Amino acid sequence: MEPADELLNDQASLELEADPMRLNMGPSHPAMHGTIRMVMDLDGENLVSLDVQPGYLHRGFEKSCERGTWAQVFPYADRLNYVSPMLNNVGWSLAVEKLLGIEVPERCQYYRVILGELSRIADHFTCNGASAMELGAFTPFLWLLKVRDWVWDILERETGARMTHSFGRIGGMAAPPTQNFKDDVRQLIPEVHKVVKETEIMLLRNRIFLDRMQGVGVLTKEQALSYGVTGPVARSAGVAYDVRKDHPYLVYDRFDFDVPIGEDGDNWDRFMVRLEEIRQSVRIIEQALEQMPDDGPINVDDPRIVYPEKQDVYTTIEATIAHFKLVMEGLRVPAGEVYSFTEGGNGELGFHIVSDGSGTPYRVRVRPPCWYNLAASREMLLGGMIADIIPTFGSVNMIGGECDR
Amino acid sequence: MSQAVVDRLGTQFGERILGTSDAFGDHEVQVAPKDWVEVAQFMRDDAELRMDHFIDLTAIDYPERESARFDVTLTTRSSHTNARIRVRTHVKDGEEPNTLSGVWLGANWAEREVWDMFGIKFQGHPDMRRILMYEEFIGHPLRKDYPIDKTQPLVPYREVTDIDKLPPFGIEEGQPFARIDWEARLAGRDHQVSPSIGVQQGQRRTLSDSEAAQQIQARIDARMAQEAEASEPTEEGSGE
Repeated sequence: MEPADELLNDQASLELEADPMRLNMGPSHPAMHGTIRMVMDLDGENLVSLDVQPGYLHRGFEKSCERGTWAQVFPYADRLNYVSPMLNNVGWSLAVEKLLGIEVPERCQYYRVILGELSRIADHFTCNGASAMELGAFTPFLWLLKVRDWVWDILERETGARMTHSFGRIGGMAAPPTQNFKDDVRQLIPEVHKVVKETEIMLLRNRIFLDRMQGVGVLTKEQALSYGVTGPVARSAGVAYDVRKDHPYLVYDRFDFDVPIGEDGDNWDRFMVRLEEIRQSVRIIEQALEQMPDDGPINVDDPRIVYPEKQDVYTTIEATIAHFKLVMEGLRVPAGEVYSFTEGGNGELGFHIVSDGSGTPYRVRVRPPCWYNLAASREMLLGGMIADIIPTFGSVNMIGGECDR
Repeated sequence: MSQAVVDRLGTQFGERILGTSDAFGDHEVQVAPKDWVEVAQFMRDDAELRMDHFIDLTAIDYPERESARFDVTLTTRSSHTNARIRVRTHVKDGEEPNTLSGVWLGANWAEREVWDMFGIKFQGHPDMRRILMYEEFIGHPLRKDYPIDKTQPLVPYREVTDIDKLPPFGIEEGQPFARIDWEARLAGRDHQVSPSIGVQQGQRRTLSDSEAAQQIQARIDARMAQEAEASEPTEEGSGE
């Protein structure tokens, strides 16, 4: 055995390991939402290199779309961003309608706007709540998620499903608004305002929360543009881009609402932009409820596109044939190629679709906003500390279903 | 989408712009693969255009086209003028266009996805790995000739002996999984009739031709042989 003084003289053996440590985080990590793997090299607690590896939720959305009819894409679209499925449904409807060259009746447009904005409220509340929970604040998470439950109650009454509604149709919606729809939504509005206020009281003066959000995970405006970042993440970095404002679709040009813009592009700004967007969504809903006609058709009047009434399918031969043709062959979409984009929960949700004139899509490309937001997350995380991954990744709001498709 | 961008690119590049389109209000220019990066770089840096917001890059497979198999499309936007443009190029199978990841950082992941899904390599890309599929995956799934019902298990399938039917269908049940049989179409056999008629006329593959179904069939055959072996001695025994 070596004498003790010899060990003490050897200075090198007393120093800590200086090589960077390779650490695997994920694909199933309790503190991250979403299945994603991050391989990083750590110098102490600082990230010196990082490789973000998505793909664990890849299930072939685009390939699957090429094997069914155009209408059979709706259930798949639901499962893209499963936190706000109605926005995806409407996005897909609008894309195919653009190719068909039709516009849905006004009442349906308002209906789509209101349902979509309700989804956005649920989406932002979920993201902000989860961000807080991952920092140890569990009460705000439950507090915020109760709003999601209220929104889902309304959506369930309207669509029959709480989460994956499959409620959109090409040329309209699956069903007209229920009788109490407007009253239900009007009752929800003050409650949403109340919870937003309570969120602010709970979190915005919490020292721990502030320290972990402010100045952490910074994304500059130039980086955001170059990475193709859109949605709340881009707006928090100062990119004044909202599809609803810049390329209005449906009836968004008739509403008076603001687009909140952040300055620093850090976690705090992303949190605050989402919080403010909830307020703006409520504003849009209030105006839409005022303007929305109480009666009138929901679907376009074209038997080649819209399913006939169930009553007629059972009683008349024409409707039976029309139903059969639409289900078995699918509606025929003229040949062409379009890129149609809407403001999804996380940013620009684009559908790049190619039709060869048959009842089956030739190619469906969905531009997932999360995909590019996630690509930019490397920029936000590098150089920071390992513990900052949790709040930053939470505020990027990567949704596996949409990112990996 | 904006006509002004198309005009500006037209005056700048002249005949090197191979075609323009404004179908459905989506403005688009087509360029050759060799001009791909130059046009992108110009669009980003030009004081008039300033297309600084990367939106999307993807590919479309046209296996029946003789001249060039793939369309690669780029969508980009200007944060200053709010103009949008789609740029398209035709890429042959095996041809490697230059990477745009030096122009917009977002192209990095988009090109990795195109490589993963279509097998189009981008020259000069800093990190040309698969991104959605795993490294051991063979083939590129969004090519039309990649069968949709093909499976590539990383571990062998479990041997199931006590049930007759494996989901979703038994061997000769159900309908073909895809409405378009690309293998048959590329061989000139599929004339786009209804799936069941196609099967009757021998134009379409039934499920039993697929690799997965053959594996299942082989397993069922093996089990039946096993059962026959097992039942033989008892029959002899009862006979005696």
